[in-house]
Amino acid sequence: MSRFEPLNAGNLRSDGRRPLELRSFSAELTTHPSADGSASVSHGLTQVTACVYGPREAKNRAQTMHDRALVNIEVEVAPWAGEVRRQRTKGDRRTAEFAASVKATFEPVIQTTLYPRSEIDIHIHVLQLDGGLLQAGINATTLALVDAGIPMLDYVSSLSAGLYHTTAMLDLTNLEESDLPSVTVAVLPRSGKVTLVSMETRLHVDRFEEMFKLAMEGGKVLRGEMDKVVRERTKVLARQMEGGAAQDEDRMETDDL
Amino acid sequence: MLTSPGEVITSAMEFMRGHGTFVEDGSVVASLSGTIERVNKLVSVRALQTRYHGEVGDLVVGRITEVQAARWKVDVNSHQDAILRLSSVNLPGGVQRRKLESDELEMRKFFEEGDLLVAEVQPMHGDGVLSLHTRSLKYGKLRNGQLISVSPVLIRRRSTHFCTLPCGVDLILGMNGYIWIAKHVAENEREGEEGFDAEAVYSNKNDDIDLETRAAISRVSNLISIFARHSVPLTDTILAKAYDWAVQQELSPKDLLRTETGDNMVEMVTALA
Repeated sequence: MSRFEPLNAGNLRSDGRRPLELRSFSAELTTHPSADGSASVSHGLTQVTACVYGPREAKNRAQTMHDRALVNIEVEVAPWAGEVRRQRTKGDRRTAEFAASVKATFEPVIQTTLYPRSEIDIHIHVLQLDGGLLQAGINATTLALVDAGIPMLDYVSSLSAGLYHTTAMLDLTNLEESDLPSVTVAVLPRSGKVTLVSMETRLHVDRFEEMFKLAMEGGKVLRGEMDKVVRERTKVLARQMEGGAAQDEDRMETDDL
Repeated sequence: MLTSPGEVITSAMEFMRGHGTFVEDGSVVASLSGTIERVNKLVSVRALQTRYHGEVGDLVVGRITEVQAARWKVDVNSHQDAILRLSSVNLPGGVQRRKLESDELEMRKFFEEGDLLVAEVQPMHGDGVLSLHTRSLKYGKLRNGQLISVSPVLIRRRSTHFCTLPCGVDLILGMNGYIWIAKHVAENEREGEEGFDAEAVYSNKNDDIDLETRAAISRVSNLISIFARHSVPLTDTILAKAYDWAVQQELSPKDLLRTETGDNMVEMVTALA
């Protein structure tokens, strides 16, 4: 096979998925106990960890806002994350743009007005990268914020969609992402509001709506998965607080998603 | 009853929204993941892992982060540093006296950046900044011990947050999750009872602490971190029980740090309780 074939004759993708099938999703909460909230999320081979610190006293006096909290995003892509080893510099433009997108996604969703003059720091670490960086970053941040007990209007769940000829597909891998036009959508599943649409490739306008709607639907499915993880964690915490049973923790470890 | 962000709890027509909720389209919606609490018509959600929300009268342990004009900034694990005014501390030469300009110049003699203190939360300012006071002989600078920080939800409000464990260790359970573990000082030996000895109250020097007390302090601190890892609410009784268990098993403070030992301990002690 000389050329990459996103969809073969059997209507299967390069990794054997059907067009609308998502990669295996898993998430874990409180992966870093020293942070106020943290979560680790993986979509197939993409793995991202987010740590939330705050709301806490703002370090940066000049940027402090008297009526709401400042949201700071810092992103670090591990040198070994991608296909080729690559050390990214601090001011890497793609990383900065990614941070700006995540910030724009969460600023309207976090109830920042409850914490005037404070700051919320979100550190995103990309450990493995196989496409869908933005979606994994947003999903990890959502879970970390929930874990930190920071009030939000809703979960934010995000998913990417691509197009091959006239077939839309969800949750693209790196290989597909570099070959196909794609769009990443972040939704508030309950109200169906959209906080982010990001597209870096050209796409026929007639096809956009279908992809967009599919990504939104997929986002709602992901919300259910994230909610399961959060509930499990809350349940364990609540039970421990009531009287503390050490056995619960063992159960959580064996209970695979 | 558990809930998670974005989940509709009830109708806003019949209930009022409390902390951790907001109103949208006539219904009360949760903004946190945690337990739903209802007091009459007020519905609120309490998160199981969060920073400290100050309430008037709470006892907190904090660390000075900044010395400003006639006030200190204190880190109390909240969303903002708390304020301790110069007028809210006991000054040398009588418990009640006017604050002079000379006091303002000598503020670092009382509290310096990095100093630890125990204080009470006073009614706060308009924008939610906590303000503290140490105007009691029970409060003030901390020494002879060690700080350990846990999640604030593990500390329940009780009649007194100053405890003395049978092993000769004083414990201050700050509502903000900061816990001070120190060498026991007998009631009649406390400074400042008569004539208020400012030298001693604001001293930065530790007393002599013998090896036995040091071991006791670190044992208690290790026990607290184990309980915190298992999210077990902290009380003096549970700590005293755990301490007895550790001594019975002839465990040194170091042994407690092993994960299996900690898990065992929690299982045994919570089963007893």
